[in-house]
Parts: sequence; structure tokens; C-alpha cells
Amino acid sequence: MRATSTRLFVILALAVAIGLATAVSPFASASPDGLEKVAQDKGFVDDGRLHALQDDAPVPDYAFPGIDDERLATGVAGFTGTLAVFALGSGLAYVIRRRAAGRPGATGAPAT
Amino acid sequence: MSLTLAMHIPDGFLSGGVAAGAAIPAIAAVAYGLRTADRELDEARVPLLGVLAAFIFAVQMLNFPIAGGTSGHLLGATLAAVLLGRWVACLVMAVVLLTQAFAFADGGITALGANVLNMGVLGALLAGYAVTAGRRVLPDTRVAFLGLVGGVAWLAVMVGAAATATELAVSGTVSLGTVLPAMLGVHALIGVGEAVITVAAVSAVLAARPDLIAGADVAHLSPGPPPRPATGREVTT
Repeated sequence: MRATSTRLFVILALAVAIGLATAVSPFASASPDGLEKVAQDKGFVDDGRLHALQDDAPVPDYAFPGIDDERLATGVAGFTGTLAVFALGSGLAYVIRRRAAGRPGATGAPAT
Repeated sequence: MSLTLAMHIPDGFLSGGVAAGAAIPAIAAVAYGLRTADRELDEARVPLLGVLAAFIFAVQMLNFPIAGGTSGHLLGATLAAVLLGRWVACLVMAVVLLTQAFAFADGGITALGANVLNMGVLGALLAGYAVTAGRRVLPDTRVAFLGLVGGVAWLAVMVGAAATATELAVSGTVSLGTVLPAMLGVHALIGVGEAVITVAAVSAVLAARPDLIAGADVAHLSPGPPPRPATGREVTT
């Protein structure tokens, strides 16, 4: 029962995250956030620049490239980003558990 | 300016020395998190790492308006620390901020360590210790627990804002007397949003699966039916 119910919990939580990132984020406030507002008011916002590694960032500024509609571009960016972060986090968790299972005295999956 | 939406510290705000100085404790905390995660993250809560990182990424996109043409968004370190423990929370926040910096150009690359420190590590460690300590002195009720989580979430945002202001000042970008009150003032409001979202998310988990909340004996605070008696099959760690 526990395994199913945890799976259900994860699926529900992921669905909420994807729903928020896809359908709600296009309607989020476009005002500058706390740091950006302070940087504007105190006159150092123009010090900010992109790193050379970010010139080819796949989804700059949370706008999915090639989509003219601003809200749609943000929603698609949110959808893609949420799935990418989920994949990265899950991959990390998988590696952590595998390493733990491989240690002497550990139970679970066989050593690798 | 191409920086329009939600903005973490971009490159250019911090001096090289400050960026490196902030990166050292950030890297140390993430490395320690990687070493201890397998002990903190028992089998049942493994899938939560990915889903919590995804949730925090999603909610960070939801800028809410606060006073004066300014917006704020969730940071999420307190939420992560309450659900997964302070060291796994450092990993969750690093995953989110790393993805934002490299894929979304949100937050600098040389400033990544400072962003992980300010928005992740400081809040996660503060929340981890403060919630544990607070529960010892506060009444053992659901309202007290959620109130504590909300208060700590607010404080974590203020600590992150103060750290950011200090790093900017030490970098010579702006004077501390100018930037510290401004950062604390705006984040006192953003912190309220952080507290509301964090309490809402924690109370949802408390209602659905109180056993998934890290290291804290909170099952009896769930508004649902009382937990079933022990079956003797619990995982011992």
C-alpha cells in the first residue's frame, strides 16, 4: 500500500507543479523582484550581465524560443523546466540510493 | 537590459573574490549533503527529492506582486528543509538554481555559489535547526508547528536578503548602509509570501502523508485519522 500511495503522492505533487508552471506562470507578476528592484533604485542594475556560458542558454528569460506569444512561451518554458528539474533531481536521488546500496552492510539493491 | 523576469544575482554584481568566497561554503554544504543524503533520505522519501525540486522550480516562477511595483517569489529552502532535512534541502536548492542558471540564464554562473548560499544553504540550515529547536519549546500542536514553520520561512528570506546585501557591499557595488535597509525592507514583505506558501505546502503534506515530513514526529499533528499502530516493519536507520 505504501509504495502505491507514495507513487500517487509524487504523481499528484508533480501534476500540481507542472500545472502551476505551465498554466499559472504566464500570469505571474512581471514587476521586478526584490533584488532587481533594489538594483534599479540604487543604480547598480546595469552592472548585471550574462556569462559567456549563458549566451546559448536554451530558454533565456523563461521564454521558450520560437514562440511568438509571450504567455505561451512562458508556459512552455515552465512545463519544460519543471520536467527537466524533476529529471535531474530524480537522477540525483537514484545515484545517491545506488551508492548507498553498494556500501558494505547496506541492504537493498546489490552492489554495483 | 535583457534581465527582465525573476532575477537571482547575475554576474557582474559581485567581485571575483566575493563570488569565490561565497562559493566555498556553498560547495562544502552541497558536498556534505551528497555524503549524508543516503542516511537522511530513507527509501520511502527518495522520490520526493525530484518532485520537490520540480515544485520549487515551478513556484519560483510565480512572482506575486508586493507594494511599490515590486514582485517576489518563493525561495523554498524552508519548505525543502522541513520536508527532506537540512542537508538534502541544500541539494534540492542546488539542483533548482543550477538549472535556472544554465538553462534559463537566471542567476549568474560565477554568482551561482552566492545564490546557492543565500537562497539555499543559509535558509535550509537555519530552518533545519530552528524548527527542531522551536518544537522543543513550543506546544506540540498543529497550529504551533505550522506557525513555527511560517516564522522560520520569513526569517530565512531575511537572512538570505541580508547575506546578499553584505556580498554586494563587500564587492564595492553599493554601500551597505544603502543596500541593507532596502533589501531587508522589500524582503520583509516577500518573506510573508514565502511563509504563506510554505505553510500551505507543509500543511498539505501534513494532511496527506505526515510520515513524509523529515525527522520530525509530526504524524499526530495531522488533521486526518490517527496513524495506524506500528506493524514492526518500519525501516530502522
